[in-house]
Amino acid sequence: MRTAVSEEAATIRPRSRRLPGWNEYTPTIILFLLPSIILMAVFVVWPIIASFELSLYKWNGISPDRTPVGLENWFRLFQDPIFWRAFGNNLTVVVLSILIQMPLGMLLAIMLERGGRYFHFRLFKTVYFFPMLMSSVAIGILFKYIYDPSFGVVNQFLTSIGLKGQSWLGDPQLALYAVIAVICWQYTPFYMILFLAALNSISEEARDAARIDGANDFQYYTRIAIPLVRGTVRTAVILSLIGSLKYFDLIWVMTEGGPNNASELMATYMYKKAFPSFDMGYGSTIASALFIVVMVIALTTFSLTRRYETEV
Amino acid sequence: MNLKNLPGHLLLLLFGLFWLVIAGTPFYFMVITGFKGRFELFSGGSVFSFPQNPSLDNYQEVLTSGTFFRYLGNSLLIVSTAVILILILSSMASYVFARIPFRLNRPLFALIIAGLVIPLHVTLIPVYLLTRQIGLYNSLWALLGPYVAFNLPLSIFILTEFMRQIPREMEEAARIDGGGPMLTFWRIILPLSTPGLATLAIYNAVILWNEFVFAFVLITSPDHRPLPLAIWEYQGEYAMNIPAIMAVLTLSALPLIVVYILGQERVIKGIMAGAVK
Repeated sequence: MRTAVSEEAATIRPRSRRLPGWNEYTPTIILFLLPSIILMAVFVVWPIIASFELSLYKWNGISPDRTPVGLENWFRLFQDPIFWRAFGNNLTVVVLSILIQMPLGMLLAIMLERGGRYFHFRLFKTVYFFPMLMSSVAIGILFKYIYDPSFGVVNQFLTSIGLKGQSWLGDPQLALYAVIAVICWQYTPFYMILFLAALNSISEEARDAARIDGANDFQYYTRIAIPLVRGTVRTAVILSLIGSLKYFDLIWVMTEGGPNNASELMATYMYKKAFPSFDMGYGSTIASALFIVVMVIALTTFSLTRRYETEV
Repeated sequence: MNLKNLPGHLLLLLFGLFWLVIAGTPFYFMVITGFKGRFELFSGGSVFSFPQNPSLDNYQEVLTSGTFFRYLGNSLLIVSTAVILILILSSMASYVFARIPFRLNRPLFALIIAGLVIPLHVTLIPVYLLTRQIGLYNSLWALLGPYVAFNLPLSIFILTEFMRQIPREMEEAARIDGGGPMLTFWRIILPLSTPGLATLAIYNAVILWNEFVFAFVLITSPDHRPLPLAIWEYQGEYAMNIPAIMAVLTLSALPLIVVYILGQERVIKGIMAGAVK
Protein backbone atom coordinates (compact mmCIF):
# COMPACT_ATOMS: atom_id res chain seq x y z
CA MET A 1 0.00 0.00 0.00
CA ARG A 2 2.68 2.41 1.02
CA THR A 3 4.78 1.80 -2.06
CA ALA A 4 1.75 2.18 -4.28
CA VAL A 5 1.08 5.67 -2.90
CA SER A 6 4.64 6.84 -3.34
CA GLU A 7 4.72 5.46 -6.85
CA GLU A 8 1.53 7.30 -7.63
CA ALA A 9 2.96 10.56 -6.26
CA ALA A 10 6.03 10.08 -8.39
CA THR A 11 4.03 9.62 -11.55
CA ILE A 12 1.68 12.52 -10.86
CA ARG A 13 4.45 15.01 -10.22
CA PRO A 14 7.43 13.98 -12.23
CA ARG A 15 8.73 17.55 -12.23
CA SER A 16 9.34 17.65 -8.49
CA ARG A 17 12.18 15.24 -9.18
CA ARG A 18 13.84 17.41 -11.77
CA LEU A 19 13.44 20.92 -10.35
CA PRO A 20 14.00 21.24 -6.63
CA GLY A 21 11.50 23.64 -5.06
CA TRP A 22 8.97 23.27 -7.84
CA ASN A 23 5.46 22.51 -6.54
CA GLU A 24 1.82 23.10 -7.35
CA TYR A 25 2.19 26.77 -6.35
CA THR A 26 5.15 27.59 -8.56
CA PRO A 27 3.21 28.44 -11.75
CA THR A 28 0.92 30.75 -9.74
CA ILE A 29 3.86 32.46 -8.05
CA ILE A 30 5.57 33.14 -11.36
CA LEU A 31 2.47 34.11 -13.31
CA PHE A 32 1.05 36.36 -10.58
CA LEU A 33 4.26 38.14 -9.59
CA LEU A 34 5.95 38.54 -12.93
CA PRO A 35 3.84 41.40 -14.37
CA SER A 36 4.28 43.57 -11.27
CA ILE A 37 7.98 42.79 -11.02
CA ILE A 38 8.61 43.53 -14.68
CA LEU A 39 6.74 46.84 -14.53
CA MET A 40 8.58 47.94 -11.42
CA ALA A 41 11.89 46.84 -12.83
CA VAL A 42 11.35 48.82 -16.03
CA PHE A 43 9.81 51.99 -14.57
CA VAL A 44 11.31 52.20 -11.08
CA VAL A 45 14.48 50.14 -10.59
CA TRP A 46 16.12 50.49 -13.96
CA PRO A 47 15.56 54.28 -14.14
CA ILE A 48 17.32 54.72 -10.81
CA ILE A 49 20.36 52.81 -12.05
CA ALA A 50 20.18 54.66 -15.38
CA SER A 51 20.13 58.00 -13.56
CA PHE A 52 23.37 57.18 -11.79
CA GLU A 53 24.88 56.02 -15.07
CA LEU A 54 23.78 59.14 -16.95
CA SER A 55 25.32 61.29 -14.21
CA LEU A 56 28.71 60.21 -15.58
CA TYR A 57 28.07 61.75 -19.00
CA LYS A 58 27.68 65.08 -20.65
CA TRP A 59 24.71 64.73 -22.96
CA ASN A 60 21.92 66.85 -24.38
CA GLY A 61 19.52 63.91 -24.64
CA ILE A 62 19.23 64.14 -28.41
CA SER A 63 22.59 63.68 -30.12
CA PRO A 64 23.78 60.10 -30.58
CA ASP A 65 27.07 60.76 -28.76
CA ARG A 66 27.34 60.94 -25.04
CA THR A 67 30.63 62.26 -23.71
CA PRO A 68 31.87 60.38 -20.67
CA VAL A 69 33.09 62.90 -18.11
CA GLY A 70 33.71 60.72 -15.05
CA LEU A 71 32.70 62.38 -11.83
CA GLU A 72 32.78 65.91 -13.26
CA ASN A 73 29.00 66.37 -12.81
CA TRP A 74 29.26 65.36 -9.18
CA PHE A 75 32.10 67.83 -8.48
CA ARG A 76 30.00 70.49 -10.21
CA LEU A 77 27.06 69.56 -7.99
CA PHE A 78 29.06 69.95 -4.80
CA GLN A 79 30.18 73.43 -5.86
CA ASP A 80 26.82 74.50 -7.22
CA PRO A 81 25.35 77.15 -4.90
CA ILE A 82 21.90 76.77 -6.52
CA PHE A 83 21.82 73.05 -5.71
CA TRP A 84 22.70 73.75 -2.08
CA ARG A 85 20.10 76.45 -1.96
CA ALA A 86 17.51 73.99 -3.33
CA PHE A 87 18.65 71.43 -0.76
CA GLY A 88 18.29 74.00 2.02
CA ASN A 89 14.86 75.01 0.75
CA ASN A 90 13.81 71.35 0.75
CA LEU A 91 14.89 71.10 4.40
CA THR A 92 12.95 74.29 5.21
CA VAL A 93 9.86 72.80 3.59
CA VAL A 94 10.33 69.58 5.58
CA VAL A 95 10.81 71.31 8.94
CA LEU A 96 8.06 73.92 8.55
CA SER A 97 5.62 71.35 7.14
CA ILE A 98 6.05 69.17 10.20
CA LEU A 99 6.08 72.06 12.68
CA ILE A 100 2.91 73.62 11.25
CA GLN A 101 0.87 70.69 9.95
CA MET A 102 1.26 68.32 12.89
CA PRO A 103 0.11 70.64 15.71
CA LEU A 104 -2.55 72.23 13.54
CA GLY A 105 -3.83 68.86 12.35
CA MET A 106 -3.94 67.63 15.93
CA LEU A 107 -5.80 70.74 17.16
CA LEU A 108 -8.37 70.40 14.39
CA ALA A 109 -8.74 66.69 15.10
CA ILE A 110 -9.32 67.38 18.79
CA MET A 111 -11.89 70.01 17.91
CA LEU A 112 -13.72 67.65 15.57
CA GLU A 113 -13.57 64.83 18.11
CA ARG A 114 -15.05 67.07 20.81
CA GLY A 115 -17.73 68.49 18.58
CA GLY A 116 -18.27 65.43 16.42
CA ARG A 117 -21.83 64.83 17.58
CA TYR A 118 -23.02 68.21 16.41
CA PHE A 119 -24.15 68.87 12.88
CA HIS A 120 -22.10 72.01 12.35
CA PHE A 121 -18.87 70.24 13.26
CA ARG A 122 -19.65 67.47 10.79
CA LEU A 123 -20.20 70.18 8.21
CA PHE A 124 -16.84 71.74 9.16
CA LYS A 125 -15.14 68.40 8.58
CA THR A 126 -16.71 68.11 5.12
CA VAL A 127 -15.40 71.51 4.08
CA TYR A 128 -11.98 71.10 5.75
CA PHE A 129 -11.29 68.12 3.52
CA PHE A 130 -11.94 70.00 0.25
CA PRO A 131 -8.28 70.92 -0.40
CA MET A 132 -7.40 67.22 -0.56
CA LEU A 133 -9.74 66.85 -3.53
CA MET A 134 -8.02 69.36 -5.78
CA SER A 135 -4.91 68.70 -7.80
CA SER A 136 -1.73 70.50 -6.81
CA VAL A 137 -1.78 72.17 -10.21
CA ALA A 138 -5.24 73.62 -9.65
CA ILE A 139 -4.33 74.69 -6.12
CA GLY A 140 -1.13 76.30 -7.38
CA ILE A 141 -2.93 78.31 -10.04
CA LEU A 142 -5.70 79.29 -7.64
CA PHE A 143 -3.22 80.61 -5.10
CA LYS A 144 -1.22 82.45 -7.73
CA TYR A 145 -4.29 84.65 -8.08
CA ILE A 146 -5.01 84.67 -4.36
CA TYR A 147 -1.48 86.02 -3.81
CA ASP A 148 -1.73 88.46 -6.72
CA PRO A 149 -0.31 91.84 -5.60
CA SER A 150 -3.12 93.99 -7.05
CA PHE A 151 -6.34 91.96 -7.03
CA GLY A 152 -5.47 88.98 -4.85
CA VAL A 153 -7.52 87.99 -1.82
CA VAL A 154 -4.60 88.23 0.61
CA ASN A 155 -3.60 91.77 -0.23
CA GLN A 156 -7.17 93.02 -0.39
CA PHE A 157 -7.74 91.60 3.06
CA LEU A 158 -4.53 93.14 4.41
CA THR A 159 -5.26 96.58 2.98
CA SER A 160 -8.83 96.43 4.29
CA ILE A 161 -7.50 96.05 7.85
CA GLY A 162 -4.90 98.76 7.28
CA LEU A 163 -1.83 96.64 6.57
CA LYS A 164 0.42 96.86 3.57
CA GLY A 165 0.12 94.26 0.82
CA GLN A 166 3.15 92.35 -0.41
CA SER A 167 4.32 90.86 -3.66
CA TRP A 168 4.13 87.40 -2.09
CA LEU A 169 5.49 85.28 -4.91
CA GLY A 170 7.67 88.00 -6.45
CA ASP A 171 9.71 88.78 -3.37
CA PRO A 172 12.68 86.41 -2.88
CA GLN A 173 12.37 86.86 0.87
CA LEU A 174 8.76 85.73 0.89
CA ALA A 175 8.22 83.35 -2.04
CA LEU A 176 9.29 80.13 -0.31
CA TYR A 177 7.22 80.86 2.79
CA ALA A 178 4.20 81.85 0.72
CA VAL A 179 4.38 78.48 -1.03
CA ILE A 180 4.88 76.60 2.24
CA ALA A 181 1.72 78.24 3.56
CA VAL A 182 -0.18 76.78 0.61
CA ILE A 183 1.39 73.35 1.19
CA CYS A 184 0.16 73.49 4.78
CA TRP A 185 -3.28 74.61 3.63
CA GLN A 186 -3.40 71.64 1.26
CA TYR A 187 -2.11 68.89 3.54
CA THR A 188 -3.24 69.80 7.07
CA PRO A 189 -6.66 68.16 6.49
CA PHE A 190 -4.90 64.89 5.66
CA TYR A 191 -3.19 64.80 9.06
CA MET A 192 -6.35 66.07 10.71
CA ILE A 193 -8.30 63.02 9.47
CA LEU A 194 -5.42 60.71 10.36
CA PHE A 195 -5.28 62.04 13.94
CA LEU A 196 -9.05 62.11 14.26
CA ALA A 197 -9.25 58.41 13.42
CA ALA A 198 -6.54 57.67 15.99
CA LEU A 199 -8.23 59.77 18.71
CA ASN A 200 -11.56 58.06 18.02
CA SER A 201 -9.95 54.65 18.41
CA ILE A 202 -8.84 55.33 22.00
CA SER A 203 -10.62 52.82 24.22
CA GLU A 204 -13.48 53.73 26.53
CA GLU A 205 -11.48 52.34 29.45
CA ALA A 206 -8.70 54.86 28.93
CA ARG A 207 -11.24 57.69 28.77
CA ASP A 208 -13.05 56.43 31.86
CA ALA A 209 -9.81 56.06 33.75
CA ALA A 210 -8.92 59.64 32.92
CA ARG A 211 -12.33 60.88 33.98
CA ILE A 212 -12.23 58.99 37.28
CA ASP A 213 -8.77 60.40 37.99
CA GLY A 214 -10.31 63.84 37.56
CA ALA A 215 -8.31 64.82 34.47
CA ASN A 216 -9.69 67.88 32.67
CA ASP A 217 -9.82 68.05 28.87
CA PHE A 218 -6.40 69.64 28.58
CA GLN A 219 -4.81 66.99 30.79
CA TYR A 220 -6.66 64.23 28.98
CA TYR A 221 -5.19 65.24 25.63
CA THR A 222 -1.67 66.17 26.70
CA ARG A 223 -1.08 63.32 29.15
CA ILE A 224 -3.23 60.49 27.82
CA ALA A 225 -4.63 60.84 24.31
CA ILE A 226 -1.63 62.23 22.42
CA PRO A 227 0.84 59.82 24.05
CA LEU A 228 -1.53 56.97 23.18
CA VAL A 229 -1.62 57.90 19.49
CA ARG A 230 2.12 58.53 19.18
CA GLY A 231 2.39 55.68 16.66
CA THR A 232 0.09 57.60 14.33
CA VAL A 233 2.02 60.83 14.94
CA ARG A 234 5.21 59.01 14.02
CA THR A 235 3.60 57.77 10.78
CA ALA A 236 2.40 61.29 10.04
CA VAL A 237 5.87 62.75 10.56
CA ILE A 238 7.46 60.17 8.26
CA LEU A 239 4.83 60.72 5.57
CA SER A 240 5.24 64.48 5.77
CA LEU A 241 9.03 64.19 5.73
CA ILE A 242 9.19 61.98 2.65
CA GLY A 243 6.37 63.87 0.93
CA SER A 244 8.09 67.21 1.45
CA LEU A 245 11.34 66.00 -0.07
CA LYS A 246 9.49 64.96 -3.23
CA TYR A 247 7.69 68.26 -3.67
CA PHE A 248 7.40 69.56 -7.23
CA ASP A 249 3.96 70.33 -8.69
CA LEU A 250 2.85 73.20 -6.50
CA ILE A 251 6.18 75.03 -6.55
CA TRP A 252 6.52 74.57 -10.28
CA VAL A 253 3.10 76.02 -10.97
CA MET A 254 3.38 78.91 -8.53
CA THR A 255 6.96 80.15 -8.90
CA GLU A 256 8.93 77.75 -11.15
CA GLY A 257 11.49 77.87 -8.35
CA GLY A 258 11.90 81.64 -8.62
CA PRO A 259 12.37 84.48 -8.17
CA ASN A 260 16.12 83.98 -8.53
CA ASN A 261 15.97 80.38 -7.25
CA ALA A 262 14.50 81.66 -3.98
CA SER A 263 11.97 78.83 -3.90
CA GLU A 264 14.00 76.29 -5.86
CA LEU A 265 13.69 72.68 -4.72
CA MET A 266 15.87 69.76 -5.75
CA ALA A 267 13.10 68.37 -7.98
CA THR A 268 12.42 71.68 -9.76
CA TYR A 269 16.14 72.29 -10.29
CA MET A 270 16.53 68.78 -11.70
CA TYR A 271 13.66 69.39 -14.09
CA LYS A 272 15.06 72.74 -15.23
CA LYS A 273 18.49 71.32 -15.93
CA ALA A 274 17.30 68.20 -17.74
CA PHE A 275 14.45 69.52 -19.85
CA PRO A 276 14.46 73.20 -20.70
CA SER A 277 18.30 73.28 -20.63
CA PHE A 278 18.89 69.85 -22.23
CA ASP A 279 21.63 69.03 -19.74
CA MET A 280 20.61 65.39 -19.16
CA GLY A 281 23.92 64.46 -17.49
CA TYR A 282 23.72 67.16 -14.85
CA GLY A 283 19.97 66.71 -14.45
CA SER A 284 20.56 63.02 -13.75
CA THR A 285 23.22 63.97 -11.21
CA ILE A 286 20.71 66.12 -9.33
CA ALA A 287 18.14 63.31 -9.58
CA SER A 288 20.63 60.82 -8.17
CA ALA A 289 21.50 63.21 -5.36
CA LEU A 290 17.79 63.59 -4.59
CA PHE A 291 17.53 59.80 -4.44
CA ILE A 292 20.47 59.56 -2.04
CA VAL A 293 19.07 62.32 0.21
CA VAL A 294 15.61 60.72 0.36
CA MET A 295 17.01 57.26 1.07
CA VAL A 296 19.42 58.46 3.76
CA ILE A 297 16.74 60.51 5.51
CA ALA A 298 14.12 57.76 5.20
CA LEU A 299 16.43 55.05 6.56
CA THR A 300 17.65 57.28 9.40
CA THR A 301 14.10 58.16 10.39
CA PHE A 302 12.94 54.56 10.26
CA SER A 303 15.78 53.31 12.45
CA LEU A 304 15.61 56.28 14.86
CA THR A 305 11.86 56.05 15.38
CA ARG A 306 12.02 52.29 15.71
CA ARG A 307 14.62 52.64 18.47
CA TYR A 308 12.47 55.26 20.10
CA GLU A 309 9.45 52.97 19.88
CA THR A 310 11.25 50.08 21.54
CA GLU A 311 12.57 52.30 24.32
CA VAL A 312 9.10 53.56 25.19
CA MET B 1 -18.70 67.76 25.18
CA ASN B 2 -22.04 68.98 26.40
CA LEU B 3 -23.81 72.26 26.65
CA LYS B 4 -23.05 72.56 30.36
CA ASN B 5 -19.56 73.53 29.27
CA LEU B 6 -20.68 76.52 27.24
CA PRO B 7 -17.41 78.51 27.17
CA GLY B 8 -15.61 75.41 25.97
CA HIS B 9 -18.17 74.92 23.24
CA LEU B 10 -17.85 78.52 22.14
CA LEU B 11 -14.07 78.27 22.00
CA LEU B 12 -14.33 75.15 19.84
CA LEU B 13 -16.87 76.81 17.62
CA LEU B 14 -14.68 79.88 17.20
CA PHE B 15 -11.68 77.79 16.22
CA GLY B 16 -13.89 75.77 13.89
CA LEU B 17 -15.16 78.90 12.18
CA PHE B 18 -11.65 80.31 11.93
CA TRP B 19 -10.43 77.27 10.02
CA LEU B 20 -13.62 77.23 7.98
CA VAL B 21 -12.68 80.69 6.72
CA ILE B 22 -9.09 79.61 6.00
CA ALA B 23 -10.11 76.40 4.24
CA GLY B 24 -13.14 77.83 2.48
CA THR B 25 -12.10 81.31 1.28
CA PRO B 26 -10.00 80.08 -1.65
CA PHE B 27 -12.94 77.99 -2.87
CA TYR B 28 -15.32 80.89 -2.37
CA PHE B 29 -12.99 83.12 -4.39
CA MET B 30 -12.68 80.48 -7.11
CA VAL B 31 -16.41 79.85 -7.53
CA ILE B 32 -17.49 83.49 -7.18
CA THR B 33 -14.89 84.76 -9.62
CA GLY B 34 -15.89 82.15 -12.18
CA PHE B 35 -19.25 83.90 -12.53
CA LYS B 36 -17.80 87.39 -12.90
CA GLY B 37 -17.35 89.43 -16.02
CA ARG B 38 -13.96 89.53 -17.63
CA PHE B 39 -12.98 93.01 -16.46
CA GLU B 40 -14.83 93.06 -13.17
CA LEU B 41 -11.71 92.26 -11.14
CA PHE B 42 -9.81 95.17 -12.65
CA SER B 43 -12.56 97.66 -11.93
CA GLY B 44 -11.46 98.10 -8.35
CA GLY B 45 -14.30 96.31 -6.59
CA SER B 46 -13.67 93.90 -3.72
CA VAL B 47 -12.61 90.40 -4.75
CA PHE B 48 -15.00 89.07 -2.13
CA SER B 49 -18.05 90.80 -3.52
CA PHE B 50 -20.72 88.95 -5.42
CA PRO B 51 -20.59 89.17 -9.23
CA GLN B 52 -22.29 92.34 -10.53
CA ASN B 53 -24.00 90.42 -13.33
CA PRO B 54 -23.56 86.73 -12.55
CA SER B 55 -23.22 84.92 -15.85
CA LEU B 56 -22.28 81.55 -17.20
CA ASP B 57 -20.29 83.12 -20.04
CA ASN B 58 -16.97 81.84 -18.75
CA TYR B 59 -18.29 78.31 -18.43
CA GLN B 60 -19.81 78.53 -21.84
CA GLU B 61 -16.56 79.76 -23.34
CA VAL B 62 -14.51 77.01 -21.73
CA LEU B 63 -16.95 74.23 -22.49
CA THR B 64 -17.58 75.20 -26.09
CA SER B 65 -13.96 75.83 -27.02
CA GLY B 66 -13.91 72.12 -27.81
CA THR B 67 -10.74 71.26 -25.98
CA PHE B 68 -12.11 70.81 -22.49
CA PHE B 69 -14.03 67.63 -23.25
CA ARG B 70 -11.07 66.17 -25.10
CA TYR B 71 -8.88 66.67 -22.01
CA LEU B 72 -11.62 65.23 -19.85
CA GLY B 73 -11.91 62.21 -22.15
CA ASN B 74 -8.12 61.71 -22.09
CA SER B 75 -8.15 61.80 -18.30
CA LEU B 76 -11.05 59.37 -18.02
CA LEU B 77 -9.42 56.96 -20.46
CA ILE B 78 -5.93 56.87 -18.96
CA VAL B 79 -7.08 56.92 -15.33
CA SER B 80 -9.64 54.14 -15.72
CA THR B 81 -7.24 51.94 -17.69
CA ALA B 82 -4.45 52.48 -15.19
CA VAL B 83 -6.67 51.88 -12.16
CA ILE B 84 -8.06 48.63 -13.60
CA LEU B 85 -4.55 47.41 -14.37
CA ILE B 86 -3.31 48.39 -10.91
CA LEU B 87 -6.15 46.49 -9.27
CA ILE B 88 -5.61 43.35 -11.37
CA LEU B 89 -1.84 43.25 -10.99
CA SER B 90 -1.76 44.17 -7.32
CA SER B 91 -4.43 41.68 -6.33
CA MET B 92 -2.51 38.91 -8.12
CA ALA B 93 0.77 39.84 -6.47
CA SER B 94 -0.86 40.37 -3.08
CA TYR B 95 -2.43 36.92 -3.17
CA VAL B 96 1.00 35.37 -3.62
CA PHE B 97 2.54 37.50 -0.86
CA ALA B 98 -0.32 36.92 1.56
CA ARG B 99 -0.95 33.24 1.01
CA ILE B 100 1.84 31.32 -0.68
CA PRO B 101 4.98 30.64 1.34
CA PHE B 102 8.17 30.43 -0.70
CA ARG B 103 11.75 31.37 -0.08
CA LEU B 104 11.72 34.75 -1.85
CA ASN B 105 8.34 35.83 -0.46
CA ARG B 106 9.59 38.24 2.21
CA PRO B 107 12.59 39.67 0.32
CA LEU B 108 10.50 40.37 -2.78
CA PHE B 109 7.73 41.92 -0.72
CA ALA B 110 10.23 44.14 1.10
CA LEU B 111 11.76 45.19 -2.22
CA ILE B 112 8.40 46.20 -3.66
CA ILE B 113 7.44 48.07 -0.49
CA ALA B 114 10.74 49.98 -0.66
CA GLY B 115 9.23 51.51 -3.80
CA LEU B 116 6.96 53.54 -1.50
CA VAL B 117 9.85 55.82 -0.63
CA ILE B 118 11.27 56.32 -4.12
CA PRO B 119 10.78 59.90 -5.36
CA LEU B 120 9.37 59.55 -8.86
CA HIS B 121 11.44 62.51 -10.06
CA VAL B 122 14.54 60.32 -9.89
CA THR B 123 13.11 58.20 -12.69
CA LEU B 124 11.89 61.09 -14.81
CA ILE B 125 14.86 61.42 -17.20
CA PRO B 126 15.33 57.69 -17.93
CA VAL B 127 11.57 57.17 -18.31
CA TYR B 128 11.44 60.11 -20.72
CA LEU B 129 14.31 58.65 -22.77
CA LEU B 130 12.75 55.18 -22.73
CA THR B 131 9.39 56.55 -23.82
CA ARG B 132 11.00 58.29 -26.77
CA GLN B 133 12.93 55.18 -27.69
CA ILE B 134 9.91 52.90 -27.81
CA GLY B 135 7.92 55.46 -29.79
CA LEU B 136 5.31 56.19 -27.15
CA TYR B 137 6.47 59.74 -26.55
CA ASN B 138 3.67 62.27 -26.89
CA SER B 139 0.97 59.61 -26.67
CA LEU B 140 -1.52 59.23 -23.85
CA TRP B 141 -0.34 55.63 -23.41
CA ALA B 142 3.13 56.79 -22.47
CA LEU B 143 1.64 57.44 -19.04
CA LEU B 144 0.32 53.93 -18.49
CA GLY B 145 3.59 52.22 -17.51
CA PRO B 146 4.73 54.84 -14.98
CA TYR B 147 1.21 55.31 -13.61
CA VAL B 148 0.78 51.61 -12.92
CA ALA B 149 4.33 50.94 -11.74
CA PHE B 150 4.44 53.82 -9.25
CA ASN B 151 1.14 52.94 -7.65
CA LEU B 152 1.76 49.21 -7.36
CA PRO B 153 3.82 49.30 -4.11
CA LEU B 154 1.14 50.95 -1.99
CA SER B 155 -1.65 48.91 -3.56
CA ILE B 156 0.22 45.65 -3.05
CA PHE B 157 1.05 46.63 0.52
CA ILE B 158 -2.57 47.41 1.42
CA LEU B 159 -4.07 44.43 -0.40
CA THR B 160 -1.56 42.00 1.10
CA GLU B 161 -2.49 43.24 4.58
CA PHE B 162 -6.13 42.90 3.62
CA MET B 163 -5.84 39.36 2.24
CA ARG B 164 -3.89 38.22 5.29
CA GLN B 165 -7.00 39.02 7.36
CA ILE B 166 -9.18 36.66 5.32
CA PRO B 167 -9.64 33.47 7.39
CA ARG B 168 -7.85 30.48 5.92
CA GLU B 169 -10.90 28.27 6.45
CA MET B 170 -12.54 30.13 3.58
CA GLU B 171 -9.98 28.65 1.21
CA GLU B 172 -10.30 25.10 2.46
CA ALA B 173 -13.67 24.75 0.78
CA ALA B 174 -12.13 25.51 -2.60
CA ARG B 175 -9.22 23.20 -1.94
CA ILE B 176 -11.55 20.28 -1.13
CA ASP B 177 -13.40 20.90 -4.37
CA GLY B 178 -10.12 20.19 -6.06
CA GLY B 179 -9.29 23.75 -7.14
CA GLY B 180 -5.69 24.84 -7.51
CA PRO B 181 -4.28 28.11 -6.13
CA MET B 182 -5.44 30.13 -9.13
CA LEU B 183 -9.01 28.93 -8.70
CA THR B 184 -8.86 29.71 -4.99
CA PHE B 185 -7.72 33.22 -5.85
CA TRP B 186 -10.45 33.73 -8.40
CA ARG B 187 -13.34 32.14 -6.47
CA ILE B 188 -12.54 32.97 -2.86
CA ILE B 189 -9.87 35.59 -2.28
CA LEU B 190 -10.80 38.07 -4.97
CA PRO B 191 -14.52 38.33 -4.09
CA LEU B 192 -13.68 38.66 -0.40
CA SER B 193 -11.21 41.47 -1.17
CA THR B 194 -13.82 43.73 -2.76
CA PRO B 195 -13.84 46.30 0.08
CA GLY B 196 -10.05 46.62 -0.11
CA LEU B 197 -10.18 46.88 -3.89
CA ALA B 198 -12.83 49.62 -3.69
CA THR B 199 -10.69 51.69 -1.33
CA LEU B 200 -7.69 51.26 -3.59
CA ALA B 201 -9.69 52.15 -6.69
CA ILE B 202 -10.64 55.48 -5.10
CA TYR B 203 -7.14 56.14 -3.82
CA ASN B 204 -5.46 55.46 -7.16
CA ALA B 205 -8.12 57.28 -9.16
CA VAL B 206 -7.69 60.46 -7.10
CA ILE B 207 -3.88 60.32 -7.29
CA LEU B 208 -3.84 59.70 -11.05
CA TRP B 209 -6.65 62.13 -11.84
CA ASN B 210 -4.46 64.84 -10.34
CA GLU B 211 -1.09 63.58 -11.60
CA PHE B 212 1.06 66.24 -13.20
CA VAL B 213 4.78 65.51 -13.58
CA PHE B 214 4.76 62.51 -15.91
CA ALA B 215 2.02 64.01 -18.06
CA PHE B 216 3.96 67.28 -18.21
CA VAL B 217 7.19 65.62 -19.36
CA LEU B 218 5.93 62.78 -21.54
CA ILE B 219 3.20 64.53 -23.52
CA THR B 220 3.76 67.78 -25.40
CA SER B 221 0.87 67.80 -27.81
CA PRO B 222 -2.26 69.45 -26.40
CA ASP B 223 -4.44 66.83 -28.10
CA HIS B 224 -3.19 64.06 -25.87
CA ARG B 225 -2.90 65.80 -22.55
CA PRO B 226 -5.01 64.93 -19.53
CA LEU B 227 -6.95 67.43 -17.46
CA PRO B 228 -4.32 68.72 -14.98
CA LEU B 229 -2.19 69.86 -17.92
CA ALA B 230 -5.19 71.39 -19.57
CA ILE B 231 -5.54 73.65 -16.56
CA TRP B 232 -1.91 74.57 -16.97
CA GLU B 233 -2.49 75.41 -20.64
CA TYR B 234 -5.69 77.37 -20.11
CA GLN B 235 -3.72 79.47 -17.69
CA GLY B 236 -1.45 80.56 -20.52
CA GLU B 237 -4.29 80.92 -22.99
CA TYR B 238 -6.53 82.99 -20.71
CA ALA B 239 -3.66 84.74 -18.90
CA MET B 240 -5.57 87.99 -18.55
CA ASN B 241 -9.00 86.47 -18.14
CA ILE B 242 -8.95 85.37 -14.52
CA PRO B 243 -12.68 84.60 -14.31
CA ALA B 244 -12.30 82.12 -17.18
CA ILE B 245 -9.39 80.43 -15.40
CA MET B 246 -11.45 80.17 -12.23
CA ALA B 247 -14.24 78.58 -14.26
CA VAL B 248 -11.75 76.01 -15.58
CA LEU B 249 -10.50 75.29 -12.06
CA THR B 250 -14.06 74.86 -10.79
CA LEU B 251 -14.92 72.54 -13.66
CA SER B 252 -11.81 70.45 -13.13
CA ALA B 253 -12.47 70.06 -9.41
CA LEU B 254 -16.17 69.39 -9.87
CA PRO B 255 -16.12 65.65 -10.70
CA LEU B 256 -14.24 64.76 -7.53
CA ILE B 257 -16.25 67.13 -5.35
CA VAL B 258 -19.51 65.63 -6.61
CA VAL B 259 -18.26 62.11 -5.91
CA TYR B 260 -17.08 63.28 -2.49
CA ILE B 261 -20.43 64.74 -1.57
CA LEU B 262 -22.19 61.56 -2.70
CA GLY B 263 -19.93 59.21 -0.76
CA GLN B 264 -17.95 61.26 1.69
CA GLU B 265 -16.81 58.50 4.04
CA ARG B 266 -15.70 56.25 1.20
CA VAL B 267 -13.72 58.99 -0.53
CA ILE B 268 -12.03 60.04 2.70
CA LYS B 269 -11.16 56.43 3.41
CA GLY B 270 -9.80 56.03 -0.11
CA ILE B 271 -7.63 59.13 0.01
CA MET B 272 -6.40 58.28 3.50
CA ALA B 273 -5.24 54.88 2.24
CA GLY B 274 -1.97 56.66 1.49
CA ALA B 275 -1.28 56.87 5.23
CA VAL B 276 0.30 53.47 5.75
CA LYS B 277 2.50 52.60 8.66
